[in-house]
Amino acid sequence: MTSQVSSAAEMADEANDAVLGGQRAPLSGTTGTDGGNGKEVRRLDRVIIRFAGDSGDGMQLTGDRFTSETASFGNDLSTLPNFPAEIRAPAGTLPGVSSFQLHFADHDILTPGDAPNVLVAMNPAALKANIDDVPRGAEIIVNTDEFTKRPMAKVGYATNPLEDGSLEAYNVHPVPLTTLTIEALKEFGLSRKEAERSKNMFALGLLSWMYHRPTEGTETFLRQKFAKKPQIAEANVAAFRAGWNFGETTEDFAVSYEVAPASQAFPTGTYRNISGNLALSYGLIAAGRLADLPLYLGSYPITPASDILHELSRHKNFGVRTFQAEDEIAGIGAALGAAFGGALGVTTTSGPGVALKSETIGLAVSLELPLLIIDIQRGGPSTGLPTKTEQADLLQAMYGRNGEAPVPIVAPQTPADCFDAAIDAARIALTYRTPVFLLSDGYLANGSEPWRIPETDSLPDLTTPFATGPNHTLADGTEVFWPYKRDPQTLARPWAVPGTPGLEHRIGGIEKQDGTGNISYDPANHDLMVRTRQAKIDNIEVPDLVVDDPAGARTLVLGWGSTYGPITAAVRRLRAAGQPIAQAHLRHLNPFPRNLGEVLKSYDKVVVPEMNLGQLAMLLRAKYLVDAHSFNQVNGMPFKAEQLATALKEAIDA
Amino acid sequence: MPDTEELQHNELLQLVPKAEAKQSMKDFKSDQEVRWCPGCGDYAVLAAVQGFMPELGLAKENIAFVSGIGCSSRFPYYMNTYGMHSIHGRAPSIATGLATSRRDLSVWVVTGDGDALSIGGNHLIHALRRNVNLKILLFNNRIYGLTKGQYSPTSEIGKITKSTPMGSLDAPFNPVSLAIGAEASFVARTVDSDRKHLTSVLRAAAEHPGTALVEIYQNCNIFNDGAFEVLKDKEQAAEAVIRLEHGQPILFGAEGNKGVVRNQATGDLEVVAVTDENRSQVLVHDAHADSPTTAFALSRLADADTLHHTPIGVLRSVERPVYDTLMSDQVDAAVERDGKGDLGALLAGADTWTVVG
Repeated sequence: MTSQVSSAAEMADEANDAVLGGQRAPLSGTTGTDGGNGKEVRRLDRVIIRFAGDSGDGMQLTGDRFTSETASFGNDLSTLPNFPAEIRAPAGTLPGVSSFQLHFADHDILTPGDAPNVLVAMNPAALKANIDDVPRGAEIIVNTDEFTKRPMAKVGYATNPLEDGSLEAYNVHPVPLTTLTIEALKEFGLSRKEAERSKNMFALGLLSWMYHRPTEGTETFLRQKFAKKPQIAEANVAAFRAGWNFGETTEDFAVSYEVAPASQAFPTGTYRNISGNLALSYGLIAAGRLADLPLYLGSYPITPASDILHELSRHKNFGVRTFQAEDEIAGIGAALGAAFGGALGVTTTSGPGVALKSETIGLAVSLELPLLIIDIQRGGPSTGLPTKTEQADLLQAMYGRNGEAPVPIVAPQTPADCFDAAIDAARIALTYRTPVFLLSDGYLANGSEPWRIPETDSLPDLTTPFATGPNHTLADGTEVFWPYKRDPQTLARPWAVPGTPGLEHRIGGIEKQDGTGNISYDPANHDLMVRTRQAKIDNIEVPDLVVDDPAGARTLVLGWGSTYGPITAAVRRLRAAGQPIAQAHLRHLNPFPRNLGEVLKSYDKVVVPEMNLGQLAMLLRAKYLVDAHSFNQVNGMPFKAEQLATALKEAIDA
Repeated sequence: MPDTEELQHNELLQLVPKAEAKQSMKDFKSDQEVRWCPGCGDYAVLAAVQGFMPELGLAKENIAFVSGIGCSSRFPYYMNTYGMHSIHGRAPSIATGLATSRRDLSVWVVTGDGDALSIGGNHLIHALRRNVNLKILLFNNRIYGLTKGQYSPTSEIGKITKSTPMGSLDAPFNPVSLAIGAEASFVARTVDSDRKHLTSVLRAAAEHPGTALVEIYQNCNIFNDGAFEVLKDKEQAAEAVIRLEHGQPILFGAEGNKGVVRNQATGDLEVVAVTDENRSQVLVHDAHADSPTTAFALSRLADADTLHHTPIGVLRSVERPVYDTLMSDQVDAAVERDGKGDLGALLAGADTWTVVG
């Protein structure tokens, strides 16, 4: 959930099973009996489920459906899809395992959870790849049909883990998912291979029964998805229902669980579930509307940013133009050309694409035109880990250009927050006539959470007037247009778009004379222009940093971007254990909030967790001369709250 | 080539507002001092473009020149229109964004052989295949001028330059062949010093809906002086230059006694001495032929070293759907189909739940 939640709800949270003492508390729960089948029903406050299978097993779809059911039921939730870069890695191998983790609760939660309470393993590879993350005592549902000699040998199981006692510490449910699915679909006259494909829906049905999820949404979804193949649609619905019925009737599943809606955690409003890339796409469309400018996206496909290109291309009825360019450079080139013409120009990419776009970003700095550069960060360097998350492009965004080329940087902190961050980035770009970086990442892009849908009239006005006439009077009284005469407040130059009579002018990447914009190689003028461009960015209005410090702590944890969820969860754990700690999170990385230096100096210790090797910490040390301590992780995954809490505790005690 | 001097504003040109008053060449000169080397061929091209613009009769605020990097790319500074001097090789992509988002503009790209064919080769071919409504003026001087004299992607093999003291190893591009191969709908070639021919080609390009590539042979009198002398010197030119005119037999030579015919055995084109026997076989130039085959074959007649048998004029001019129009049509179709976007409905989506306080 985002920071919209009330503080009371924030206190009743994942701190419940704090592990600072090393002991994992059981899930809190009450017990009852379902009147229908006499099976026991337990009440839980939260659950973490991980679906894992082969890349071709449809685990992402299964996770998405369970998420939708859960969202419509009204739980708070947070998701973590995790999949390989290969489209179809060799079947049954460890690199081919795809998983989807979902954390849902009757209260406000912040992360997809550290460790699953339930693992669904569709094959031996999925079990092997995930078992280390599963705490003892957790439930494991395995598809026994896949635990035959070859698939087990493929991943190095010499003996069957379901039989050799290695899973004794877990609550294992062996289910012949494939056989049961084929059996359930025998009326449909499908080939074995076709029928087998529905086994993910069988598993979804079983889990939906276990957690009392509503089913109508999934049935409607399946009928829509396979509208052109009604037989396949009905087969999937049948498999889904068979899974549900299997849970209800078989004795192996003696208990089902209820997780009540998180009504207390949410302020009044209408909600939907949303992923980071979808929220970002909507933020861009909204920004175009709010600015009353056509939105123009120039982009080249790249993981994990392509979804934004896909989404925006579906909304042409908002006047959105999407241009899939020949390369990353042309993507930003077209966006900049459109900005010159008076559009809200946007380019979307990931780190390797930013590297290619650097020269054009420098041109945009020189031209002083509004432009949004959306970087969905992934593991680097080079191709790195395309489907995994990282925050290691901060310094690239900050400094990755020739010359002094300052660019504002905005970072969203949760999936839903990508909406607001996009609007904020557009505000800065339009007001100050500058390219702006938005640094999201793979975790935010693909993760999802409930979002309180904003009233459109509550959104900010982004309208920016174009220049319409002369803005300067020469000594002889002639009225002229000077393209580089600045607004004294914002230092922005006028945005004079082609088609405006009398304002014909030429701009370019060569240094320009202050005011006239004519080519100038004058040393003093260059010095002035470099300093002025820097001053313009330094003077951008950003809100002061808000510190959450209820108990007057001596240690501050400061983060940026997608680490918000894990850091906040860790902070809650510490506080629940009686350990005071202050927390603050940066939305603006350039310029920093005005009060940042003051905030940093008011704490004895500052800890900066980052999914890189300390890039923000370096900026803080350089600018404020504070002894900021880094806590870093670059394994392609988001921080776990437990691990962060331990690290913060150590920092406090050190 | 148009039959009359009267410019026929095509459907796309009609989207660009017209000038209210009659324009003159002076209207298109900016107040900036032109800073090419004295004697540079660029001056002649600039004068021809400034001289031709009034004939177009478009509001000059609706004209934009976008360039890359290189000597010729300074061009926009000297035009009293909107302009952008961008970065090396990228002008076609920037111009694509401008043209596709603003169909009320006439967008021109000014580029050179290094800018368009080396660092920016990718953008050039993709603009051509998409058929974006751009007029691309490619100044080809077969040398890198601004960086002081290295060989370019159109320099002849063996060329001795600062970076190739033992001679260049690179086989050159033929820009016209390249453009035809890249699905260009309009390809022409002209020469900087022939103002009349240059203007006629500009006129045809301006009239063309879609990407028009105009290769302009341009003399760099500092680093590659006389590169096109064979095409300019009256005596030599008669033998070297093949002037193409749509609908006319392809004849050249001092006496008009050479012609281009198709070799019946290979299907290729070749130059022959025209006799009464073979006169009927002389190819009649058809710039509007659907198939690019003959245009491509014409582009291959020139000898890359000597420039003998260099065709100039409009090699190819065919109509096919223009990217800007298609993009705009999709926006209109989406509005027609789904109604003008409703932000509130979009944000709400289909799957919501309500929390009551």
